[in-house]
Amino acid sequence: MPSSTIRITVNGAAHDIDAAPDTPLLYVLRDDLGLTGPKFGCGLGQCGACMVHIDGAAVHSCRTPLSAAARGPITTIEGLGTPEKPHPVQQAFIDEQAAQCGYCMNGMIMSAAALLAKTKSPTRQQIRSTLNGNLCRCGTHMRIVRAVERAASLGASQSGGSDE
Amino acid sequence: MSSTTTRRDFLKRTGVLVVGFSLGLHSRADAAVFETGAAPAANQLDSWLAINADGTITVYSGKVELGTGVSTALRQIVAEELDAPFEKIAWVQGDSDRTVDQGSTVGSQTIKRGGAQLRMAAATARAALLELAAPKLGAAPGSLEVASGVVRVHGDPSRHISFAELLGGKRFERTVNSAAVPKATTAYTIVGKPVHRVELPAKMTGRHTYVQDVKVDGMLHARVVRPASIGAKLLSVDDSALGAIPGARVIRKADFLAVVAPREYDAIRAAAAIKPAWSESATLPPMDELKQTLMSIPSTERGVASDGTSGAGRVAKRLAATYKWPFQMHASIGPSCGVADVRNGKATVWSSTQGSHTLKSAIAHLLGMQPDDVHVIWIEGSGCYGHNGSDDAAADAAVISREVGAPVRVQWSRADEHGWEPKGAAMVMQVAAGIDASGKIADWDYQVWTPTHSSRPGAQPGGEANFIAARLMGMVPSSRGSLGGERNAAHTYSVPAMKVRAHLLERAPLRTSSLRGLGSPQNTFANESFMDELAQLAGVDPIEFRLRHLSDPRAVAAINAVARLAKWTPRVSGSSRAPSNGVARGRGMAFVRYEGTEASVAAIVDVEVDQAQHRVRVTHAYVAHDCGLIVNPDGLKNQIEGNVIQAASRALNEAVQFDRSRVTSLDWRGYPILRFADAPDAVDVVLIDHPELPSVGAGEASTSPIPAAIANAIFDATGVRLRDVPLRV
Ligand code: FES
Ligand code: FES
Repeated sequence: MPSSTIRITVNGAAHDIDAAPDTPLLYVLRDDLGLTGPKFGCGLGQCGACMVHIDGAAVHSCRTPLSAAARGPITTIEGLGTPEKPHPVQQAFIDEQAAQCGYCMNGMIMSAAALLAKTKSPTRQQIRSTLNGNLCRCGTHMRIVRAVERAASLGASQSGGSDE
Repeated sequence: MSSTTTRRDFLKRTGVLVVGFSLGLHSRADAAVFETGAAPAANQLDSWLAINADGTITVYSGKVELGTGVSTALRQIVAEELDAPFEKIAWVQGDSDRTVDQGSTVGSQTIKRGGAQLRMAAATARAALLELAAPKLGAAPGSLEVASGVVRVHGDPSRHISFAELLGGKRFERTVNSAAVPKATTAYTIVGKPVHRVELPAKMTGRHTYVQDVKVDGMLHARVVRPASIGAKLLSVDDSALGAIPGARVIRKADFLAVVAPREYDAIRAAAAIKPAWSESATLPPMDELKQTLMSIPSTERGVASDGTSGAGRVAKRLAATYKWPFQMHASIGPSCGVADVRNGKATVWSSTQGSHTLKSAIAHLLGMQPDDVHVIWIEGSGCYGHNGSDDAAADAAVISREVGAPVRVQWSRADEHGWEPKGAAMVMQVAAGIDASGKIADWDYQVWTPTHSSRPGAQPGGEANFIAARLMGMVPSSRGSLGGERNAAHTYSVPAMKVRAHLLERAPLRTSSLRGLGSPQNTFANESFMDELAQLAGVDPIEFRLRHLSDPRAVAAINAVARLAKWTPRVSGSSRAPSNGVARGRGMAFVRYEGTEASVAAIVDVEVDQAQHRVRVTHAYVAHDCGLIVNPDGLKNQIEGNVIQAASRALNEAVQFDRSRVTSLDWRGYPILRFADAPDAVDVVLIDHPELPSVGAGEASTSPIPAAIANAIFDATGVRLRDVPLRV
């Protein structure tokens, strides 16, 4: 596909991207915008490592063509918070020490943040089923669920504002 | 041009953009060590740590962070021994030019061995700082104390001097004192505390640099195109479709095939667009004949244990069983990635390898270079759990970079990783034993058929043939013996007559290498399932049966601790439960003394078995764990929880599928791992701390008892004894 210029908004800033419209958003974020928080895990929509928010919904950026990514504001994990000022979900994951290698964390945190923005106090069952498409090989599942519950109790939903 | 300027210019030219590097590149008190290209000498104190002018302390660790938290635990050890503030310690790890070759980060040896080395270096440094401070403070070294990076006169803290004032930016210039006296563990203030993992804030906010995130100026993106089947030969490549993809080109060296392009998505498209023709053959056995295949491959017999004579005269009842374990994957969530810049006779390689120093030599031999012309910079990868594709991806990048004369990043696809990562070994275990009239084991005969659990690249010439790239370019790995299959083949119960033999296979249908625990989970699955079978035969509670055969007090303590934690009610397995709503519930236990002398781990699991849905779920797991001195209890718990879940996944879900020519488990549908819906409701861990005893490894041990505990729980629930992994009801 020949390239064309497509405007996307990421973490509040507009970018004109010159790339083939079928380029998966993941590579645009990582290679063109230097946002390497979203990770490549499978490219197949099977693992969740690549998740970002578009219009507040968690989506697989590996399966979202650039052309479709222009439909709404995009938030990456970098846009949620920083090491100095983490988003409540990120803070809860730190508090619970809910990672080992951390490669899956992008997907876990973006999934959880999207859930909590809509559902203030999810049940454990809701958390598990929301995260069921996110794979973790280190086996950090128990801590991740605890972290999401902690985030809910910290009121993570209130800061949905930073999520555009 | 001296090699010094070359290396510096080289680093400058490659213009590493990655954030995480900046910490490592500044602050060496004297850079002479890394200019030589050789690893720093282990006996020199300056090889291990530097006191910087700004009061920070840089530690150079040959052991690397693999996601298990060891870089935090090792920092605790150094901070403790040096009496330095934890947060002032900067960490450089796994850099072949700048860190001591402490051996690869494998086998749960990082705290035990690597930590011990760092402890001695820090103890030497602390003594040196006291010596330097004495004349400046006008006091004898014996009257000085160290606290928080400051040396002060005991009882007169106003007379003090900081580490930076004493030595900031200068070298120690002394050797590591192997007789240095480390602190008494009773004086520990930071070792033993649940210090938060240093890198987690960056990992949680998308700022941590993984090898997949490394970006070098002028870097091209590459994708490998692996053979259509194992051993296939490349006949031709039709690259006529590449004209439409900007800057894309094919790299071919014998059967090694790859594409490069300036943009990543173009490399992906190019890999799909070329049309290679392969000659294929059927090299694999039928999957359902795996057991017969393993037992008929030529092998060498190794005696693992042989004690006592047959108990034939005393045996009241006999039992024999065969257990099977399939090939499994590391299944890292991030497919392997390597970045290399090979130009002008020098190479820089960024890799998530477990062994930077070995990789450096192996890449040098692969490229026909001198080892000291190769610089390997370790960057954390996705968790690897052993020898995954990290080293192979680095070699791919090096080969391609040399061909194109530019830095190259190779990112494996999901199918590359699933299809071509080295696999955890399939094994067959046979046990036969007799029990006497009193319900004790009279004799025990164990045999295991196992391929090697190590095919890592080696540092010696020829060791590079283990890279996939080398094999595809026609090199043939020489046999380096078999490793790991005997791990925990011999259990640690006291039996009057015991014979344990390992049949070490000369080859295996699939390439095998280290996966967490090597042969220990397989052997422990067999030993501990069989212990339950014998307990059943004797009509005895499984815990009581084990305790009858144990004299090791730490083993007994671990088993009693887990029994208390789980509120175990003694009973003969399988005697108590009736299914409700079609779901049967059961409870099983297992124990291991890892490698016979390392951590003691006792586990109990509760399962629910839905036979109609063919579904087993571990609902609750309990672990008691003794690994000697605990450095970071929360990090240890995290590791144990992870091992429980990963081991449950391996026991219940996982078998690499293949047809007669290739691996067919090429994505997460073809190789499902445990998900949140299948996760336990709780994993409870009790840690048994022994500050008076040295730490032993904790990375792998708690994996081993879980599969048998699950099989024993399934038997308890259903009365069905499952002896083949994955355990299917
Ligand atoms: S990388 Fe997108 S779902 Fe796996
Ligand atoms: S923490 Fe390693 S994959 Fe989840």
